[in-house]
Amino acid sequence: MQFPLSEEHRLIQQTAREFADHEIAPVADKHNREGKFPAELVKRMGELGFLGMLVPETYGGNGVGNFGLVVALEEVNRVCASTGVTMSVQNSLVCAPIVHWGNEALKHKYLPKLATGEMLGAYALSEPGSGSDAAGLVASAVKDGDSYVLNGTKNFITSGAEADIVIAMVRTDPAQKTRGITAFIVERDWKGFHVGRKEDKMGLRSSSTVQLSFEDLRVPAANVLGEIGIGFKIALHTLDGGRIGIASQAVGIAQACLDASVRYAEEREAFGQQIGKFQAMQWKLADMATRLEAARLLVYNAARLKDQGEPHAKEASMAKLFASEMANAAARDAVQIHGGAGYLEDFPVERYFRDARITEIYEGTSEIQRIVIARHLLNLR
Amino acid sequence: MKIVALVKSVPDTESKIKIAADGMSIDPQGIKYILNPYDEFAVEEGLRIKERLKDDTTVVVVSMGPERVVDVLRTALAMGADDAIHVGDPAFDGGDSQANARVLAEVIRTLSADLILGGKQGIDYDAAQTCAAIAEILGIPQALIVTELKISDDKKTVTARRRVEGGDELVEMSLPALVTCEKGLNEPRYASLPGIMKAKKKEIKKVGLSDLPLKADAVGAAGSKAKVVRYHNLPERPPVKMIAGDVATQAKELARLLREEAKVI
Repeated sequence: MQFPLSEEHRLIQQTAREFADHEIAPVADKHNREGKFPAELVKRMGELGFLGMLVPETYGGNGVGNFGLVVALEEVNRVCASTGVTMSVQNSLVCAPIVHWGNEALKHKYLPKLATGEMLGAYALSEPGSGSDAAGLVASAVKDGDSYVLNGTKNFITSGAEADIVIAMVRTDPAQKTRGITAFIVERDWKGFHVGRKEDKMGLRSSSTVQLSFEDLRVPAANVLGEIGIGFKIALHTLDGGRIGIASQAVGIAQACLDASVRYAEEREAFGQQIGKFQAMQWKLADMATRLEAARLLVYNAARLKDQGEPHAKEASMAKLFASEMANAAARDAVQIHGGAGYLEDFPVERYFRDARITEIYEGTSEIQRIVIARHLLNLR
Repeated sequence: MKIVALVKSVPDTESKIKIAADGMSIDPQGIKYILNPYDEFAVEEGLRIKERLKDDTTVVVVSMGPERVVDVLRTALAMGADDAIHVGDPAFDGGDSQANARVLAEVIRTLSADLILGGKQGIDYDAAQTCAAIAEILGIPQALIVTELKISDDKKTVTARRRVEGGDELVEMSLPALVTCEKGLNEPRYASLPGIMKAKKKEIKKVGLSDLPLKADAVGAAGSKAKVVRYHNLPERPPVKMIAGDVATQAKELARLLREEAKVI
């Protein structure tokens, strides 16, 4: 694709592409089969700056911004969506809210370590009883002197098994709904922090997803992110950014589907010729490439708006909705082009098909994205 | 110390090279250019020497060619090079290795470099001549195709290891000296994101013919004694011969063909 990237973004793309192809790709299949978290790769990504792309230089990051982030995320997700989601969560769901809402003390305490990968973070909003209905969360925090005592359970926490800190959305005022929620930065070493079983997932098998529970977990009041009562606002604002990252993940997976399909269509022969010479295959490839390019431009647009400080919630939802549905269509067609081979672990499209599925679900389902977009259109906010 | 790393912009190994209609050049359409892989070793080695010495050593990257070489210079800056120079002038077009070496030698002279590093060859035209010619013009020692490099503690000499027939050769040279780098010398680093952000702010200095003590007839096509007459495509691969029959028959036939037709056993 010939979208004119700036020199800086082209270099970011080049470095991400080389790292993805030479370091991640050779081990991605093995890690995914074994369900192994790529700790060594994540450490190296931290050293190269891939985890601190939204953190300003003052706090130990590189301040590349959202556009550079989506360019890099696409390359990483093209070879491994598990590594990709780890990178996306660290940048968009952990570093970004601390940069945006944290006070100087919290920024200096956590950002330099998060930006270099010395610390990993997680974002905890969903609960066993609340997913799309995020404001229905019941985990609670009660003030006790200079600290808050947290109790509750958080579900589907990406990187939860490895995270050193967690941004947890917890109810501080049971009388209020959205305004009764507060964001806390919780450290895993604190007493009462429990990591549950690693979930056995359909895809993203080398990223960890766990349940976390807080049992009389004492958090100093200094670790309130932003202010008491604005946790829900922080959660949604953070997800607006995260969605651009997940949209970029979907674009990366779809690009991998397209690359594998073109390769297979050129290699595989049937009825005495390359299957790429059959119009049935050509139409699939043409549609895949066209929708992929459209999705990428939506992602670029949302990232650009966010970097410019413009409203971007609607555009982020559009990018996430379109890109995730596009990626699933691309994965389905990629398996179809491969025929029986596509159903085997021996070919990469089988993993892409499983990995693509989650992009329509996490960080807001497709249904939630449509609600967000419609509310903007109808001014129902 | 001042270290100069010479870098070249060459077609990506995955690019499909097509001969242009005139038969005497390469069709630039659709070619993606990269930093010559052997030159990456040169940049990396310069950076490693700088990091080891921990003094005021600087690494300057120099590239000659059209506007696109700015890309490879920027890549080298993002890896950590301190300064970059783009040697470009329409008068330099069409130069052979010797004419190009004449220009680069003058640029290096103005920099008073202690160590000049280059790739062992460009992966495009594979001539492997320019670096050797530069050392000759400057009258300094050279070690080519080097796999290990050590600067002496007094920073006055350099020891280079070269693979030669049947073993390794260790060469000690007084500085300034020129070294070309072979695979195995080091593992080039990835440009880090902080490195990219820093490289963005750096200025790339441009040097043309008027900045150098050279006449127009000494450079480019006018100053060249070797001229490309024609490029030819590789001959097409002959069709594959399939051997039929059961395993024993196939093995027998294969052995016969290898002996009688291919004459390799």
